[in-house]
Amino acid sequence: MTESKTEAILRANKSSGRGSLIGYFPVGYPTLEDSIEAAIAMCQSGIDVLELGIPYSDPVMDGPVIQAATLEALAHGFKLKQTFEAVKAITAAVDTPVLVMTYWNPVMQYGPERFAEDLKAAGGAGLITPDLIPDEANDWLNAAKKFDLDRVFLAAPTSNVARMSSACEKSQGFVYAVSTMGITGARNEVDSLAKEVVSKVRTASPEALTCVGIGISTADQVVEVNRYADGAIVGSAFVKAYAEGGLNSLKSKVSELAAGLSR
Amino acid sequence: MPEANQDISTEINQDLRSTVGPYFGEFGGRFVPESLIAALDQLEETYEAAKADPSFVLELAEWHRTYTGRPSIITEAPKFAALAGDIRVFLKREDLNHTGSHKINNVIGQALLAKRMGKTRIIAETGAGQHGVASATAAALFGLDCVVYMGEVDTERQALNVARMKLLGAEVIPVTTGTRTLKDAINEALRDWVANVDDTHYLLGTVAGPHPFPTMVRDFHSVIGNEARVQMLNEFGFLPDVVAACVGGGSNAIGIFHAFLDDPSVRLLGFEAAGEGVDTLRHAATMNKGRPGVLHGARSYMLQDEDGQTLDSHSISAGLDYPGVGPEHSWLKDLGRAEYRGITDHEAMDALRKLSRSEGIIPAIETAHALAGVLKLGKELAPGSSVLVNLSGRGDKDMETAARYFGLLDAEGSAK
Repeated sequence: MTESKTEAILRANKSSGRGSLIGYFPVGYPTLEDSIEAAIAMCQSGIDVLELGIPYSDPVMDGPVIQAATLEALAHGFKLKQTFEAVKAITAAVDTPVLVMTYWNPVMQYGPERFAEDLKAAGGAGLITPDLIPDEANDWLNAAKKFDLDRVFLAAPTSNVARMSSACEKSQGFVYAVSTMGITGARNEVDSLAKEVVSKVRTASPEALTCVGIGISTADQVVEVNRYADGAIVGSAFVKAYAEGGLNSLKSKVSELAAGLSR
Repeated sequence: MPEANQDISTEINQDLRSTVGPYFGEFGGRFVPESLIAALDQLEETYEAAKADPSFVLELAEWHRTYTGRPSIITEAPKFAALAGDIRVFLKREDLNHTGSHKINNVIGQALLAKRMGKTRIIAETGAGQHGVASATAAALFGLDCVVYMGEVDTERQALNVARMKLLGAEVIPVTTGTRTLKDAINEALRDWVANVDDTHYLLGTVAGPHPFPTMVRDFHSVIGNEARVQMLNEFGFLPDVVAACVGGGSNAIGIFHAFLDDPSVRLLGFEAAGEGVDTLRHAATMNKGRPGVLHGARSYMLQDEDGQTLDSHSISAGLDYPGVGPEHSWLKDLGRAEYRGITDHEAMDALRKLSRSEGIIPAIETAHALAGVLKLGKELAPGSSVLVNLSGRGDKDMETAARYFGLLDAEGSAK
């Protein structure tokens, strides 16, 4: 199997001993133009993979910071099609892989195959699907394979061996290791469960790449996670930085967290 | 397992009653974060084992006999029937259950399962407050901690039910996210559950949500139809021509429909909330105005915009004010086995008053939607037809809404 762009970057960063930083930002927040500008700035400030979130009316996996941002995007009139516009603008400006994070219903309504085709055409790398488990993902897997897109499934602290194996087998790009039993949002300590989840993923599939998300907000945590995983995923901390201090604050937060990796 | 778009006539011949999740045709499934799968698996295993365990079945039946007040009676309503036409109307009196609605059937069952799983805390969502009150009641009865999530909008319009839950020892958390109604209360309960699955059971109150909830909640409510079918045969000597119920998430409707699924002579009719009218933006007519999508963990009909964003629903009845519906109902609709029609706020309130005055029974506003449906149906049915209605709840909780609607209060809110 050929290596996807996301996989190539994660592997190269791992073997050089640097590790990777994956950064989340919601498209359309606070407006489409602002979100494109913010996403490009994040890529230029040191993230290795962009996770571009689609605002959704019922984000059950998200904590208050991301909920507030995505609801604001919807209130400002965000439309699903603008996702492709944003992906196109971002990939035209930077070479960073853009993974779209979305709840399943918007993709189901757009049509999984049509969604995959338009995402590929816009230069997108694939999807992270927080409420789509591999068991329910046949339509998406067929579409993703047809257009050679990454499909990132989640592995949780409570996932059994069979489910870990299924997540590894069905994922391309990486497996999203959920660090804790809970929703997105910064936490003082990255749960010790994270290490366990990564180790279970490695047992299920020694070659699988796995990145840790949920609760990561400091440079030290990014470094720590990269000691045992293939990347650290940061979301709420970036959105909070932008909400509180705009673009400059976001850029310095990204630089601060990325700087940890080059120490 | 039936496939979508298959010939309906062949579908109908099969044994519909034996169908269980995760899928009802193309509907159902588990569209939830991976973190919840282990808890859903545990619940499914516990439920399957309990169902096959005679001691569990006996224990549940005993609680229903000595606490819920089962079996609930059937009351014939001849004066109300006369308002509908030349038909007979029979009411299955779930309003006489402890806590005043059908909700207790499911709550006792799930609380027993929570104990079997060793969980010490239950969480629940509630719209009108009926499921929250029933959950708080079961928590008090079985010594469990209880947190109820309720949209801030609903805590205001159902303040008395909030007080009832608190009196029973539950913590009520007003939900201030999203549209601040039932839909967001479910989102918040799911977020709580993800973080606390070790000691917490999510006591979901309707036949929606991820598998096994739609099947399990249906089974707990199927006692309604099982009793009613036997009562009709024993007390009246025939099966009804029509079985009618209101549909929000669909728990009381599936509860009474299920026993009759394989009786081809019995028409099944669900009445959903058309609010201010299905041609306005203010309704909760999921079946008539929605299309299949994923909401709260299952694929089913739902109200959504072209991007798949959930639309706000509206109904004068908080219990029907929900933009989704249980997957088994979506399946029954597509099979043509059950029909779903809309009833406006005004039609429901008119029926509420008519049943109160003709029979001395004040129904919940939710239930009044089914009664309004029967009033309209009277003109369509052959003379002498019989209709069995699930009288799913009593109207006490709705007195403030009803008093305002009918102008029974003065400007200060006191009775005129």
